[in-house]
Amino acid sequence: MIATLGRFSLWLALAVAVYGAFASFLGARRGRPALIESGQGAVVSIFGLSSFAVLLMEAGLVGHDFSIEYVARNGSLDTPLFYTIIALWGALEGSILLWVWLLALMTLLTVIFERKRQRELIPYVTTVLLCIAAFFLFLVVFPASPFTTIFPAPADGRGPNPLLQNHPLMAVHPPGLYAGYVGWSIPYAFGMAALITGRLGEAWIRTVRRWSIASWGFLTVGIIVGGRWSYEVLGWGGYWAWDPVENASLLPWLTGTAFLHTIMIQERRKMLKFWNVALVIITFALTIFGTFLTRSGILSSVHAFSDSAVGPLFLAFIGVILFLSFSLLVYRSDRLQAEGDLDSLVSRESAFLVNNLLLLGFAFAVLLGTLFPLLSEAVRGVKVSVGEPFFNTVNVPIGLGLIFLMAVGPLIAWRHASVESLRRTFAGPLCLSTVGTGICWFLGVRGLYPLLAFGLSLLTAITVFQEFARGAMVRRRNTGEGYLTALSKLTSRGRRRYGGLIVHLGVAFIVIGITASSIFKLEQEVTLKPGESLQLGRYQVRFDELSAWQEPHRFVVQGNFTIFNSNQKVAEMRPAKRFYPAEQQPIGTVDVRSTMREDLYLVLSSFAKDGTSATVKALVRPLMMWIWVGGWVMVLGSLIAIWPDRRRAVAADVVEEYVAWQPGRS
Amino acid sequence: MQNVNGGRSYDNYGRRGRVILPLLLAIVLWAWPSAALAGSLEEQTLRLAAELRCPVCQNLSVADSPSEMATQMRELIHEKLKNGESPEQIRSYFVSRYGEWVLLAPTRQGFNWLAWLLPFVAILGGGGIIVVTIRRSIRRGQKSNADASRPLDPRYTSRLDAELKESER
Amino acid sequence: MATWKKLSLLLSIIPILLLLAYGFKTNPREVPSPLVGHQAPPFALTMFDGSGNSLEQLRGKPVVLNFWASWCFPACYEEAPHLEAAWQTYRDRGLIVIGVDIQDRDADAKAFIERFKLSFPNGPDPQGKITIDYGVYGVPETFFIKRDGTIHYKHVGALDAKVLKAKIDEML
Repeated sequence: MIATLGRFSLWLALAVAVYGAFASFLGARRGRPALIESGQGAVVSIFGLSSFAVLLMEAGLVGHDFSIEYVARNGSLDTPLFYTIIALWGALEGSILLWVWLLALMTLLTVIFERKRQRELIPYVTTVLLCIAAFFLFLVVFPASPFTTIFPAPADGRGPNPLLQNHPLMAVHPPGLYAGYVGWSIPYAFGMAALITGRLGEAWIRTVRRWSIASWGFLTVGIIVGGRWSYEVLGWGGYWAWDPVENASLLPWLTGTAFLHTIMIQERRKMLKFWNVALVIITFALTIFGTFLTRSGILSSVHAFSDSAVGPLFLAFIGVILFLSFSLLVYRSDRLQAEGDLDSLVSRESAFLVNNLLLLGFAFAVLLGTLFPLLSEAVRGVKVSVGEPFFNTVNVPIGLGLIFLMAVGPLIAWRHASVESLRRTFAGPLCLSTVGTGICWFLGVRGLYPLLAFGLSLLTAITVFQEFARGAMVRRRNTGEGYLTALSKLTSRGRRRYGGLIVHLGVAFIVIGITASSIFKLEQEVTLKPGESLQLGRYQVRFDELSAWQEPHRFVVQGNFTIFNSNQKVAEMRPAKRFYPAEQQPIGTVDVRSTMREDLYLVLSSFAKDGTSATVKALVRPLMMWIWVGGWVMVLGSLIAIWPDRRRAVAADVVEEYVAWQPGRS
Repeated sequence: MQNVNGGRSYDNYGRRGRVILPLLLAIVLWAWPSAALAGSLEEQTLRLAAELRCPVCQNLSVADSPSEMATQMRELIHEKLKNGESPEQIRSYFVSRYGEWVLLAPTRQGFNWLAWLLPFVAILGGGGIIVVTIRRSIRRGQKSNADASRPLDPRYTSRLDAELKESER
Repeated sequence: MATWKKLSLLLSIIPILLLLAYGFKTNPREVPSPLVGHQAPPFALTMFDGSGNSLEQLRGKPVVLNFWASWCFPACYEEAPHLEAAWQTYRDRGLIVIGVDIQDRDADAKAFIERFKLSFPNGPDPQGKITIDYGVYGVPETFFIKRDGTIHYKHVGALDAKVLKAKIDEML
């Protein structure tokens, strides 16, 4: 029953999507408001139908309806409720269903919020979004239907992949990432609508700004939570393996970041119009590319869903998107001429251009590295691997350049920055960060790249603080407010600027965390008998005993360890191994003790069945938490930047220009 | 500061640049990581293991992987190093058994140079295009006589001050 | 925008799509062995029953060298009967079948041998030296070694009777 209803609602949604796309397009073309309204009604219906389908699937999962094949493969009677619910996105068909639902939701929100303000563009935006929805709906209706049935229905299901039931972050990582991916459809649709209507002024950019930041924010959350999941679940002590699918999530994030920066140039100076549309097309295409990689089986990855017929369809979709979009772009290229000119090689505009160059260079390196094995096989017939050593060698220098830009860019004046202004702005921070780098050297940091990483991150933090301080002081001088009031009003009046600065600060934290946790990493793997201990850094890790017990869906063997720091007990840690009936190898559960100073990470590598010994791998990673904290700071910054500002935007911009321009004051 | 031709002058940059740039270069060279010192046998093992791909994992190095095969490979590397084999010999050994695939980064020869060099070539090329585009844009702007470097008229400055005070309330 | 720029922008999409399409024909998990056609690496195995075996001793006879593990389900379980059958059929014609048990526990391995009544020699590779020496990256994998000691063919995954017979015939 559920399956039939589910199949029917998706099929209906597909039909409505196709209808809606046509209605919207024709309505706009022929000037028939009734058709446009009908198209918007289609959007509402699709949201309703897809929500219904999602609810049905959850009902099937939670109700253990094993006549549905998806439930039989991803659910079981023993799986805890939480993991049963999130099994919705645990496998291919369900994940596409989630994508459809998110797309329907975002299309609905777009229509609701923008239809009065963007009367010209909205019908075409709706058309584009409904076409994309139609593609994904086609996938869930035909090749990848989640509602296929099996007969006779088995008594119990196989349960989700154990890796997906090991950690609650599984509830955050895929939806966050998908929200980010799907979110980029909106700016893309607006870009296409702008091209179709020929209305290539700044209106579409202004509308799209918040959506872009939001999608970027979701992608950031998805990627960082993914790293954290990897750190806590996969048990190898790391958080990023340059796996093809990890790389594929990074690509739209990089081009999206580039886009977020250059739209600022278009808003202020009416330049880079062609480039911005091209960027948004590429970013959207890359979001589809990511889903293509996971589901096509062309690259081996820890993320790969089962191979299916969906791969070629995705590739065809990417091809169609790229051809149609770029053809349209090229067709309208004469309307995309810059209306302004640059004044100097040393200016904020140039800094943004270099920012784009480095971000896209980084993305290109990642893409090249990801696809190179395939290229090598096609050209030479030899399989090669491209992994961490390659990406570190190529990407670190580019990344360092980006951090440098991040530190100095926001402080360089628009149009032209004289030597005087640069000296005044940067003399202090440069001195301070050089001193800071010297301190790092004394603390044991060696090597050019780590020193640069620390130094440039310090520079970023200092310039961000300097900006806040300067702005607050100017306010105080004008209004006599207290420091805190000045700071909060400053931020609230200049949300874009100060939100952006906070994001930069977050990135600096992450870079510090990444650098420290890798160059100062300590590692040891020892077999211990009960009572014996190992010494790692400041910690003494003593093995107490093994305990084991049966849970409904798995058998757990746990190692109990007591941790001492200079002979004082600090913690008890319990890494474990979980044995799932359907799997040959057990899944390890890591135990991590995190402080802002360092992480202590324990893995139970193996154990003797009679409990007489356990092999434990211990890692100490300094400043590891800074990565996650930095991620939160980035999200906070993006929230500030997006937060709606009912005051007229003009006033905020005036303040910003004024502060940046002030030569003699501060 | 404007020179005779009405273009922007970078004289100030030139003078200071001549001092700062060599200084920067000196610092960079001084801080450059010294050639990988031998280190203990364990460190050498892990360093070598980090270059090899764990055959049974997804994209993990032999140094990182917790799998049994990777542990055995690390022991083998350790033993070979103790017997006096050079890292190069050990790498070739693994390549002769598993193929180039077992190296986590493509060798720097022949076709593989494409992977190592193309990103930098692209960035340098892109940088060149940017410089050319900016220069062209500057020239175009100068031709249309827009002079945006005029300092703000004091009348406007005081009016701006007044309006800002007004908007703060 | 100049026409050549427009055209090159659009045409540049094609190579990437072609490369990705090529990816459908390849199997990323399959790694071709560089050992095929070369001399098989020498090995010395101590069998579960205590006897010893080395490659030099087997020179002049065709060898089927099979890597397996008791936790390798279902593939090793599928091919074990076929290997035993091949051993029974061809041992009179000089074929040698040897099994190497990797990353396993002796008790589990012996249980596996009991279960399938394997009569050909089997031995463990406790430190993985033979496994690594043969570039094994998963189980099961089987090497067909000719009389002169060169590797004729490497099979990844479970063997079925047809392939087994064909490859053995080629070596005899």
